[in-house]
Amino acid sequence: MNDLLLTIIEVLIKGMVLVTFILLGAAVQVYLERKISAFIQGRIGPNRAGPFGLLQPFADVIKLFMKEDIFPKLAFKRFHQFAPVISMGIAIVVYAVIPFADPVKITMADGTVKEIVMGVAPNLNIGILFILAMTSVGVYGLTLAGWSSNSKYSLLGGLRSAAQMISYELSMGLAIIGVLMICGSFSLSDIVTHQKGWFWHWNIFAQPLAFIIFMVSSFAEMNRTPFDLPEAEPELVGGYNTEYSGMKFGMFFLAEYSNMATGSILLILLFFGGWHLPFPQEWLGLQTGSIALGIVQLAVFLFKLLAVIFFIIWVRWTVPRFRYDQLMHMGWRMLLPLALLNIAVTGIILFII
Amino acid sequence: MDLFEIIFYFFAAIVLVSALVVVLSKNIMYSAFSLLFTFFGVAGLFVLLNADFVGITQIMVYVGGILVLIIFGVMITTKVTGVDIKEGISGKLQYAGAGIITLLTAIFLSLMFINGKWITGSSTDVHATIHQIGTLLMTKYILAFEAAAILLLIAFIGAALIGRRKA
Amino acid sequence: MLEAYFPLIIMVVFGFAVAFIFMLLSQWLGARRGTKEKQTVYESGMVPYGNARERFSVKFYLVAVSFIVFDIEVVFLYPWAIQFKELGIVPFIAVLIFIAILFIGYFYEYKKGGLKWD
Repeated sequence: MNDLLLTIIEVLIKGMVLVTFILLGAAVQVYLERKISAFIQGRIGPNRAGPFGLLQPFADVIKLFMKEDIFPKLAFKRFHQFAPVISMGIAIVVYAVIPFADPVKITMADGTVKEIVMGVAPNLNIGILFILAMTSVGVYGLTLAGWSSNSKYSLLGGLRSAAQMISYELSMGLAIIGVLMICGSFSLSDIVTHQKGWFWHWNIFAQPLAFIIFMVSSFAEMNRTPFDLPEAEPELVGGYNTEYSGMKFGMFFLAEYSNMATGSILLILLFFGGWHLPFPQEWLGLQTGSIALGIVQLAVFLFKLLAVIFFIIWVRWTVPRFRYDQLMHMGWRMLLPLALLNIAVTGIILFII
Repeated sequence: MDLFEIIFYFFAAIVLVSALVVVLSKNIMYSAFSLLFTFFGVAGLFVLLNADFVGITQIMVYVGGILVLIIFGVMITTKVTGVDIKEGISGKLQYAGAGIITLLTAIFLSLMFINGKWITGSSTDVHATIHQIGTLLMTKYILAFEAAAILLLIAFIGAALIGRRKA
Repeated sequence: MLEAYFPLIIMVVFGFAVAFIFMLLSQWLGARRGTKEKQTVYESGMVPYGNARERFSVKFYLVAVSFIVFDIEVVFLYPWAIQFKELGIVPFIAVLIFIAILFIGYFYEYKKGGLKWD
C-alpha cells in the first residue's frame, strides 16, 4: 500500500507541474501570438501591463474569471456547463503520455539509484494511439458546446469542427503509420530514442511526405488558420463558443492553446528527434541519466517547441483561410490517398534498402 | 480487496450506471452522452484485462467514430426532450418486441457465460499484446484480415449509395 | 499492465478535476446579473428567429459514416505497422491488397463525385 501511495503522490506532483506548465504555456503562447502578430502587422502589441506587456495574459485571465457567466435562456444548461470541462480536461490528460527527456537517475540518501521518468506515463506501449484517441474525444467538447447553446452560429461552428476534426484525424492516423513502420513502437519515448544521433536520423528525412500530411492535419486538428473555420470570425461570429462568456470561454481558449502545444510537441517527437541535439549527444561529455543531461535535453525540447509555435503563428498571418468545401476536398481527396500512397512507398523502400 | 479489484469495480460501476442512463433517460441527448461513459468504462475493463490495444481501439472506433455518428443523428432530430414512445397500439407492440429481444439476448448471453471456456490463469506478466496481435493478424488470421477489407468496402459503398440517393 | 496504466488513470481523474474546478470558479467568481436581453442568443443584434436545433445538412452525417470505415482500416493497419520489420514481404503484400480493396470503394465514390462538399 505504501508503494501505491508513493505512486499516487508522484503522479499528482507531476500532474500539478504539468498543469502549471500548461497554463503558463498558454499564457506565453497568447503573449507570443499577440506580439508576433503585432510585429508582422507593424503594430506594437500589448505594452501596458508590466514590462513589454509581459503581464498582459495574466491580466486577461483575472478579467475572465471575474466576468459574468451568462447562460442563454434557451440553452441546455447541463451540457452548456460541461462542454468546456470536456475540452479542457482532454487537453490536460493528453500530456500524460508525453515524454519530455530521457529518464534521469537520482542517487537517494541511502545510496540507491532511483530512475525518474520525465513524464507521467511516457513508457505506455500505446502512447501515440492514446493521444489520437483523446483528440477524437475532444470533438465532443466542441460539438456539445455548439449544440447546447441553441444558437445558430454555435451549432454550425460545432458541427463544422466535428466534421473537420474527424476528416483530418484519418490522414493524421495514416501518416503516423509510416513513422511506426520505421520505429516499430507506439511508445513516444521509443520513437524518440530511434532518432538518436545525427540530425539525418530524424524521421523528417525518412518520411518527408508523412511529415507534410501530419503537419497539415495537425493544423486542422488544432483549429488553427488556415483551418480555423469552426470559429471563422467574419462568418460565424465565434463559432461554437459564441454563447460563452467569462472563464468558460477562457477554458475553450486555454484548451485550444494547450492543443496547439500538444500538436507542436507531437511534430517534434515524431519528426524532429524530440529532445535530441542535431549531433550525437555523447559529444557533450555528459553522463547518460545525469541531471545536467536532463536539463540540456529539456532545453533543446523547449527550443524546438518555441520554434514550431513561432512557425504556427507565422502561418496564421501568411496563409488565408480555406473555404469549407476546399477544406473537405483537401482532407478527403488529397491527403487521404497521399497518406495511403506513403504507406505503400515506405514499405517498398524499406524492403529495397 | 486489492487495487485491481477496486479499479475493476470502479469501471464496472461506470459501465452499468451509464448503460442504465442510456436506456432509461427520457432525453435522448443524455442517452447519447452517457453512452460515452459506457464506452470508456468498457475500454478501461479491456485495459485491466491486459488487452490495451483492444481498449484503445474501443475508444478510437466507438467513441471517436460511432458515437459521433449517433450524436449527429440525435442532433438531426428536432425533438430531443421527453420523447414519448408509448403511443397507441404500436407503442404496446414496441414494448412487446423490445421485451422479447431483450429476453432472448439475456438468455443467449447467460448461456455463453455458463458454457464459455474461460481462461483462468494468472495474467500478471503479460505485456505488449500489440506485437502479438500484429503477428497473428498477419499470419494465422490473414484471411479474416482480407475479409474485413471486403466487409468495409461493402459498408462504404452502401453508405455512399444511401447518401446520394436523393441528390 | 496495471502498474503502467495506474498513473494514467490518476492523471485522467486529476485533469478533469482541474477543469471542473475551473468551471465552478467561473460560476462563483463572476457576477450574476442576468437580464432578459442578456440571456438571448446572439444573432447579429436581431431578435432570435426560430429554434437553432433545426435540421442541418445530411453531409455531416455522411462524413461521419465514411470516417468510421476508414478509421477501422487505420486500426487494422496499426498492429501490422509496428511489426513491419519482423513480418517480411508476404504480410506487406496482404496489406497492399487490403488497401487496394478499400481503394476500390474510395475510387468509386471519388468518380461518382462524393467525398466533397458541393
